[in-house]
Amino acid sequence: MRIIISIFLLVIIALGITLTLVAIPFNESTAKVGEYYINNGIEETGATNIVTSVVANYRGFDTLGEVTVLFIAAVGLGAVLAAGKKSKQGIKKVEPASLVVYTGCRFLFPLIILFGFYVFIHGHLSPGGGFQGGAIIASAFVLIYLACRGKRPSMVSTKVIESLSGLAFVIIGLIGLGAGGYFLMNFLPAGVPGTLLSAGIIPIIYIAIGFKVGSELTGVVNNLIEDS
Amino acid sequence: MIILIVSLLVILMITAAIAACVFKDLLGAVIASCLVSLIAAVLFYMLQAPDVAMAEAAIGAALVTAVFIIAIIRTRRHEE
Repeated sequence: MRIIISIFLLVIIALGITLTLVAIPFNESTAKVGEYYINNGIEETGATNIVTSVVANYRGFDTLGEVTVLFIAAVGLGAVLAAGKKSKQGIKKVEPASLVVYTGCRFLFPLIILFGFYVFIHGHLSPGGGFQGGAIIASAFVLIYLACRGKRPSMVSTKVIESLSGLAFVIIGLIGLGAGGYFLMNFLPAGVPGTLLSAGIIPIIYIAIGFKVGSELTGVVNNLIEDS
Repeated sequence: MIILIVSLLVILMITAAIAACVFKDLLGAVIASCLVSLIAAVLFYMLQAPDVAMAEAAIGAALVTAVFIIAIIRTRRHEE
């Protein structure tokens, strides 16, 4: 009896979702705000990547909130892991990686770091940005953790970089507040769209976000791997 | 042609997702879930969302996999 009722409910839910999806029109914009960003984003902000102009300029305050959420998650993880650190028995000894893996990872590490920096410095010109570049940098550190055990940056340096870049983000916002009247205002000139030194404060904010996300995720993985 | 590639990718993705649930070897399950994220990134790119594709590839395929692998290092590899 319960199976019949649950199947009946599932059919009703599936029917509802299907009818809703059918009713949504594809390939035509229903929201006016998206159209506005596509038509005026490049002239107003100078960033050729429209996603970046939304993330770092039109919705810069939301991005600050996102970065704060990530920061709180990293701090909470560090606190939880530090609290449970007493039980150290039962940790297996891990054998070191082979010479091929070790050498290959050490060769790849600077290239991945370079790619991460490229992604967030060119965030306003090409796809990608602070979050993606930061995640790529963190993945380079994960590679070096898993392949070359014993090599890791100090936790203090990741925390210092993270705090300084978060502070830079807020200070840029406050300068905008002082110069023009609202938080995170784009007070620098927009420049010529398509060049590296364009789009006002967007590249600066994205570089700050890239450093912050990269050091934060590196710190998270460092915390997790610390006594394994 | 593009429909063929996309449907092949989607079938591979669903297979990998089922494999991630079924595998008793947890390292294999983690690699299968990594494959799901990787194909999702390719599909995002094909849907003209390269920003989302990059985030999915870097976080879903690299970092989450690494976190799971660290968890496997600290626990057991095989499910009972």
